Amino acid sequence: MSSLAQKKGFGAVIWDYLTTVDHKKIAILYLISGGFFFLVGGLEAMMIRIQLMKAGNDFLSAGLYNEMITMHGTTMIFLAAMPILLAFMNAIMPLQIGARDVAFPFLNSLGFWLFFFGGIFLNLSWFMGGAPDAGWTNYASLALASEGHGIDFYSLGLTISGFGTLIAGINFLVTIINMRAPGMTYMRMPLFTWTTFVASALILLAFPPLTVGLFFMVFDRMFGANFFVVEMGGNTIIWEHLFWIFGHPEVYILILPAFGIFSEIFAIFSRKRLFGYTALVFATILIGFYGFMVWAHHMFTVGLGPTANAVFALATMIIAVPTGIKIFNWLLTIWGGSIKFTVPMVYAIAFIPSFVAGGVTGVMQAIAPLDYQLHDSYFIVAHFHYVIVGGVVLAILAGTHLYWPKMFGTMLSEKLGMVTFWTFFIGFHLTFFIQHFLGLLGMPRRVYTFGADQGWDLFNAISSLGALFMAIGVIVLLINVVITSVKNVRVGNDPWEDGRTLEWAIPSPPPFYNFAQTPLVRGLDTYWIEKMEGNKEGMVYAEPIGDVHMPNGSIIPLIMSFGMFVASFGALYFQDDTKPWALAVLIIGLGITFGSMLVRSLKDDLGFHITKEELLEDAKRGGNTDGLK
Amino acid sequence: MMKGLTNWRLFALLTALLVFLSGCGREEISTLIPAGKVAQDQFNLLILSTIVMTFVIIVVSVIFVLAIVKFRRSKLGDDMIPEQVEGSAKLEFIWTAVPIVLLLILAVPTVYSTFDLADVTAMDSTDEEGNQENLTVNVTAYLYWWEFEYPEQGIVTAQELVVPTDERVYFNLISADIKHSFWIPSVGGKLDVNPENVNKFYLEFDQESSELEDGVFYGKCAELCGPSHALMDFKVKSVDREEFDQWVASMQEEPEPAADALAQEGEETFANSCIGCHAVSGAGPAGMPGPNLTTFGDRNRVAGFMEHNEENLKNWIQDPQEYKPGNLMPDGQTNNGGEPFSEQELDALAAYLMSLSVEE
Amino acid sequence: MDLNKRYTAQSWPDHPETATLEGKNKFVGFWLLLAAESVTFASLFATYLALKDRGPEASEFTASGLFELPLVFAMTMILLTSSLTSVYAMHHMKNHNFKAMQAWLGITVFLGLTFLGLEIYEFNHYVHLGFGYTTSAFSAAFFTLVGTHGAHVLFGLSWFIALMVRNSKRGLNMYNAPKFYLAALYWHFIDVVWVFIFTVVYLMGVIG
Repeated sequence: MSSLAQKKGFGAVIWDYLTTVDHKKIAILYLISGGFFFLVGGLEAMMIRIQLMKAGNDFLSAGLYNEMITMHGTTMIFLAAMPILLAFMNAIMPLQIGARDVAFPFLNSLGFWLFFFGGIFLNLSWFMGGAPDAGWTNYASLALASEGHGIDFYSLGLTISGFGTLIAGINFLVTIINMRAPGMTYMRMPLFTWTTFVASALILLAFPPLTVGLFFMVFDRMFGANFFVVEMGGNTIIWEHLFWIFGHPEVYILILPAFGIFSEIFAIFSRKRLFGYTALVFATILIGFYGFMVWAHHMFTVGLGPTANAVFALATMIIAVPTGIKIFNWLLTIWGGSIKFTVPMVYAIAFIPSFVAGGVTGVMQAIAPLDYQLHDSYFIVAHFHYVIVGGVVLAILAGTHLYWPKMFGTMLSEKLGMVTFWTFFIGFHLTFFIQHFLGLLGMPRRVYTFGADQGWDLFNAISSLGALFMAIGVIVLLINVVITSVKNVRVGNDPWEDGRTLEWAIPSPPPFYNFAQTPLVRGLDTYWIEKMEGNKEGMVYAEPIGDVHMPNGSIIPLIMSFGMFVASFGALYFQDDTKPWALAVLIIGLGITFGSMLVRSLKDDLGFHITKEELLEDAKRGGNTDGLK
Repeated sequence: MMKGLTNWRLFALLTALLVFLSGCGREEISTLIPAGKVAQDQFNLLILSTIVMTFVIIVVSVIFVLAIVKFRRSKLGDDMIPEQVEGSAKLEFIWTAVPIVLLLILAVPTVYSTFDLADVTAMDSTDEEGNQENLTVNVTAYLYWWEFEYPEQGIVTAQELVVPTDERVYFNLISADIKHSFWIPSVGGKLDVNPENVNKFYLEFDQESSELEDGVFYGKCAELCGPSHALMDFKVKSVDREEFDQWVASMQEEPEPAADALAQEGEETFANSCIGCHAVSGAGPAGMPGPNLTTFGDRNRVAGFMEHNEENLKNWIQDPQEYKPGNLMPDGQTNNGGEPFSEQELDALAAYLMSLSVEE
Repeated sequence: MDLNKRYTAQSWPDHPETATLEGKNKFVGFWLLLAAESVTFASLFATYLALKDRGPEASEFTASGLFELPLVFAMTMILLTSSLTSVYAMHHMKNHNFKAMQAWLGITVFLGLTFLGLEIYEFNHYVHLGFGYTTSAFSAAFFTLVGTHGAHVLFGLSWFIALMVRNSKRGLNMYNAPKFYLAALYWHFIDVVWVFIFTVVYLMGVIG
């Protein structure tokens, strides 16, 4: 298997990516697909803002508008934000803990392909009779009343991609528990690894309720069950509970890795270790823990009664405490540091006021009686965009710039990066700040139009203008990516020069086996410690150089996911009398999935070894070769 | 970076100016101009929390701005390696304790108000003669309109809620089809209208709606319920108790037949094509497929959101889907037995409907 | 990992399921999966309790009128016994006694199939009484909860059978030992879930 550093044709590269189990390549797959869906979701957002640009606009019809908002929310949460964060987790976390790969490389690939086919399936709804139109929350009574197959695309698509996410979560947890390099104790793990760990635990416990809810929806709509059919004894509030038991932790699944990325950035570009590392770790764990106890604050107006509302209001307020701890520790990290205003750093700096603004409106909405006014108004729209865009999207943009050299070996242009930053940042505040006031002026969310007599014209126009700025920022980023790729100026191990953690001690991009020798970790910010002690290699080693065991690539994950994709069409048309073939398709699809599962189970797959000699030779060539497997 | 900061300040200033210029919105619908006890309580909570949160923002901003001004590498030089501080238990304690205190300040009124606003125990209280002491309105939400039944008074109306001022009005909310949410922003927060259970709450109306520019408060559906969710509006007329009693009395009377010839013709057409779904008597019954039209002539809007004139009314009757997509009212052709209504019939219907009034 | 390496009962490690990194990963990963499964069943139980006895207005089906304990009690005993026999199988796996392990697994599979047969009989019985999947919210919740468990039983059985057939010729090694172990762990989990179903659905259904 001596296949290091071969020149490969285009077809071979494609095949390589289809079969890869390498966490770094899977990260690239996640980044590209997540980035694609981010653009789709952004396009949908622009349509929404054009429609609401002025009173009584007729750019989109009422039905199409509802499809647009539903797909915008669903796409951004499930198909853009989460996968892009999974891309960074995949690319960076194993490097940070000194591992050669994740615990289950095969499952890593399966997780990606499930997400991918789920996302494609969901978006095919646009071309196959209409997208889902009951909002991303898909409340049951409206969802059951929705005509066409949109809701079925939603339930089945999210079920598939949800399985993928669950698999990714388990994989990261096991990786962090079992595969840390010697000396990498839990309290020496970089913050991004910690947040990956907690977010993965949240995925593990939050996605099953969603899957159960989606199954109920599928059974109700397609197989005649009555979970949510009120006349048959069903109850639609069950959906709301299941959805939000998932939905609230989901917010933390998104924001915790974002916190992790910013924690890395603050430390790197202040040249200072994180202030209150221990407090930051415990705050992360606390936020994850509380995340499961506050779901009913999304349901203050449902009529659960004053006791439930009061309890959940207080529980929600408590979350502000660990979040505040984080903010202050970050501030104290840059305090007394030496701040370099690179693109990732300006995003991190801009994140603090933006996120604090989103946080304080969150506390305002925890006040249940006040929430009766704010709930389902534009105030909540403003709030969650401040948290998601001001927190998660800024982190994604920052992470893209920060980790681009580690993932691709080139640096994105700082100049264009600044252009993106300013247009996006100004556009973001212009779009969403004013929406707080729209909500206070009585504008409900999810309205496809508004009358000129409601007094909301000016603010909506401003908001739409802001969206345009954000779009320009994203376009500049795309140009930046193209220019950078074409120029292809390669960079070294530590392109930001102040890297602190293990990923900056190895080549960019790293060789496919990551570490020729497993590193020995001697403290928090291990690369920084070695640098300060003048260690030119940047690492001390826990083992002599020797054979390295690597997993084989496989096409089975793709086939398995494709089987689910096929089966979903069968389920979709199951009750459609004009499509008698539906049952056959369902069976064939499940057959493909379970068949490939059986093949995987029965066929031994022991991986292969890279010999010591190959490793040494590779090191001579600079070490960042791109192996076939 | 300096240029960035100026941008930011300019932008903030501009935003503040805009907010100031457009004031607090329209008093018919703005939560910032509360017109009743419930909205006032919620507004007070808004102010209190805004003050507390502004304090938080100021503290963070001061540290933040000082940090990014003082500790720039361009000032400190490229070779400077800062001291690697681990943390400070004292500081951690402070920024754990202070937020907890701030939250306690918010928690007390939150809990009090949560129970206060949910207190509907007085709903069923009766005086010595067994009459209900407080007004109760049963609200039923339909795709995309609202029915208001006054069970004690035995009357039903739709789309325009009429309530007395300066007393508690209790509401029972239920949906006839899918989930909606009942919201009168300037009078109080929303409560969901579920298909499976009755939700109860109360509101108080402290201002007579005749003082408003448009003469009514605006009510909204706040839960996505389909294509015309945005158009599921209703209006609220608040009048003093005396006027309310008069209104109830005239609602309870038998409706008078139409007076002029055109309206009479319209009444006939109505009896042939519309009466199956729409009641025109204040007595109801409740639960008809379409809104009760007894007070149609007194209303502020056609179909809840269009300007109240005959033109809009005629357009609506002929082609409701065009104006409120997804609503359940059949078009003119279906109602008229296969033929679209003629211009004459429409004029007659409009004249008849506009003549339906219980106000003097 | 070398598949050709021959082990004796002496050279065989005490905990073959976690003796390799792959085994350790699978071990931890599987426990995590069981955590996710627990949340899944918790959601199903909560829904069942919320929808218990709920149906259209004329519906006459209630838990207390429908369920009969003797059959379910027999099913419970069978499944509990199968859990015990799988423990014996794992005991022999750890002692590197492949034949005995296969034999006990065979008994486990037989008991599992019996359980599944009885469950199908039970469902069929309800459907004949007019209590089908689409009858009411109660029926949907009941069949989904118990049926999901049944699907787990079916999957567990298929897993056992596939492992037994695949490895019948070559015996135990460090590659398949974790697989046997995890299949048995899965079987215990299924058993525990059934204990909850028996208590919450049947016992509490008939009594309260």
